[in-house]
Amino acid sequence: MIETLPAMQTTRVRTVDFMQPLTDQPQPDAPAFGVKNLSMWYGAKEAIKNVTIDVPAKRVTAIIGPSGCGKSTFLRCLNRMHELVPRTRVEGEVLFAGQNLYSPDVDPAMIRRRIGMVFQKSNPFPTMSIAENVLVGLKLNGVRDRNLLNERLEKSLRMAALWSEVKDDLRKPGISLSGGQQQRLCIARAIAIEPEVLLMDEPASALDPIATMKIEELITELKANYTIVIVTHNMQQASRCSDFTAFFYMGALIEFANTAKIFSNPTRRQTEDYITGRFG
Amino acid sequence: MSGSANHQFRKAKSLIASLLCSVAALLVIAPLGLIFFYLLRSGLSSLNVAFFTNLPRPVGEPGGGMANAIVGSGELLALASLIGVPVGVLGGVYLAEYGTARVNALLRFVADVLNGVPSIIWGVVVYGLIVLPFKSFSAYAGSLALGFMMIPLIMRTTEEVLLLVPGGYREAALALGISRWKTIVHIVMKTASKGIVTGVLLALARIAGETAPLLFTAFGNRFWNRSLAEPIAALPLQIFTYAISPYDDWHRQAWAGALLLVAMIFLINLLVRFLTRGRAARVA
Ligand SMILES: Nc1ncnc2c1ncn2[C@@H]1O[C@H](COP(=O)(O)OP(=O)(O)OP(=O)(O)O)[C@@H](O)[C@H]1O
Ligand SMILES: [Mg+2]
Repeated sequence: MIETLPAMQTTRVRTVDFMQPLTDQPQPDAPAFGVKNLSMWYGAKEAIKNVTIDVPAKRVTAIIGPSGCGKSTFLRCLNRMHELVPRTRVEGEVLFAGQNLYSPDVDPAMIRRRIGMVFQKSNPFPTMSIAENVLVGLKLNGVRDRNLLNERLEKSLRMAALWSEVKDDLRKPGISLSGGQQQRLCIARAIAIEPEVLLMDEPASALDPIATMKIEELITELKANYTIVIVTHNMQQASRCSDFTAFFYMGALIEFANTAKIFSNPTRRQTEDYITGRFG
Repeated sequence: MSGSANHQFRKAKSLIASLLCSVAALLVIAPLGLIFFYLLRSGLSSLNVAFFTNLPRPVGEPGGGMANAIVGSGELLALASLIGVPVGVLGGVYLAEYGTARVNALLRFVADVLNGVPSIIWGVVVYGLIVLPFKSFSAYAGSLALGFMMIPLIMRTTEEVLLLVPGGYREAALALGISRWKTIVHIVMKTASKGIVTGVLLALARIAGETAPLLFTAFGNRFWNRSLAEPIAALPLQIFTYAISPYDDWHRQAWAGALLLVAMIFLINLLVRFLTRGRAARVA
């Protein structure tokens, strides 16, 4: 873990690697997110340090790194969920569809409708049926059209590879499903409002291998329509289902490249140490 | 040898401790048993149809009842809820969802102090606030006093049950672009709805039998009140009036009224039991 690294090396990492511009980043034509010099603080603690990255559109980008390196924090900065934690502060900018997410005239609720999120712990609303869970985002955002709702219900559940399993039980409580089904229900709920991006924070870490496989297949299918950013602790998962991989360490972006390159021939020492299991 | 003696000693100590606890438990249950025993013995025979349908009658004249007091109590509780429930619930929402640590600490302290204020004080306050300026006892004044008592009770229970709702649900809703207020109403409060209702019911049970705050606000009435701006009868007031009278048939009516009141409170608590059992099952 981080604490066991020699102090010398930590210092070197910070001064040499962190501060150098990453010239070998992929340069997608139309990035979904243009993150520029993003820093983020919890109170006085700097959790994200001067991160610059272009997240490619309609691709799967995996974020890896040791526990506490700021993966979740970075993900939350992309749809302004970090604002729910009191006394946080960001610097820098995140360009999304040509607009800085942090500019004062941007409504975070609007942003979150376009940038959906799936959490580590599946969290279907306990008072709602399967159907209500899928449609809650639309309904509470004012959609009344019955036909549209029905259509969206089936489409979202199909995309989440859950339709065949629940189509006869749509009125059952969402929490009556198995853990893996609940997580796919949460994915269906997130895509029902048709966002452009899906941010996923370790979506399969609480699931068994078969449920995990289903989620991974799903991610591969979804990337035709969505920009996906997925945080994972599982190297195999990152290599299996992502196109690009970003390695974070102590709040900084160490390396960002094609997944194949990251796993076969990383440029930075820290990346190599991490993916070969020497720390983290 | 000494090890075994030690063991015996510890066993004896443990026996004494469990005995003391059992006695204490019995002492907790005994009063409820006694209350029901006495009320049933003395009140049940007077709990007839006339009791529910007739107005009080003068001493000696048979067939008097407490219809106006029963309805009056219902009106007072309903009106009090109109004040206590929205303010209490919204206050609880503020505490759980909006307030900063500093403001919350202050609010909780105030609510706890208010919970401890003797109920007659509420009567005095409302007497000065409503009765004196309008120069009349009234249902409004009585329900305001009861409503004031409900607010801190409901506020604290609402806060507690809202805080039990896992933060993951709030995050999930906000991440769907649902506004903060809609998230609170449709997700958080809905998830905690049984708990909120439980808090309201407990507050109702708590104030249903209050007499002191009504003494110089609702005041009591031997007849039907024609409007809410007039003095109004209430079950606890009527029980009080009858119980301190020197007449036997009024005493019997007081017993019947007391039985009805306790039965109502008991039923509310049963309902609460039922509701909270469902909630516990869902959390587990
Ligand atoms: N709500 C918070 N308040 C204060 N500090 C926080 C908060 N959340 C995270 N942090 C800190 O920010 C840093 C990054 O945390 P983050 O949760 O983003 O890490 P992570 O890479 O997602 O870790 P994990 O792999 O364990 O999920 C950590 O040092 C953590 O202690
Ligand atoms: Mg995390």
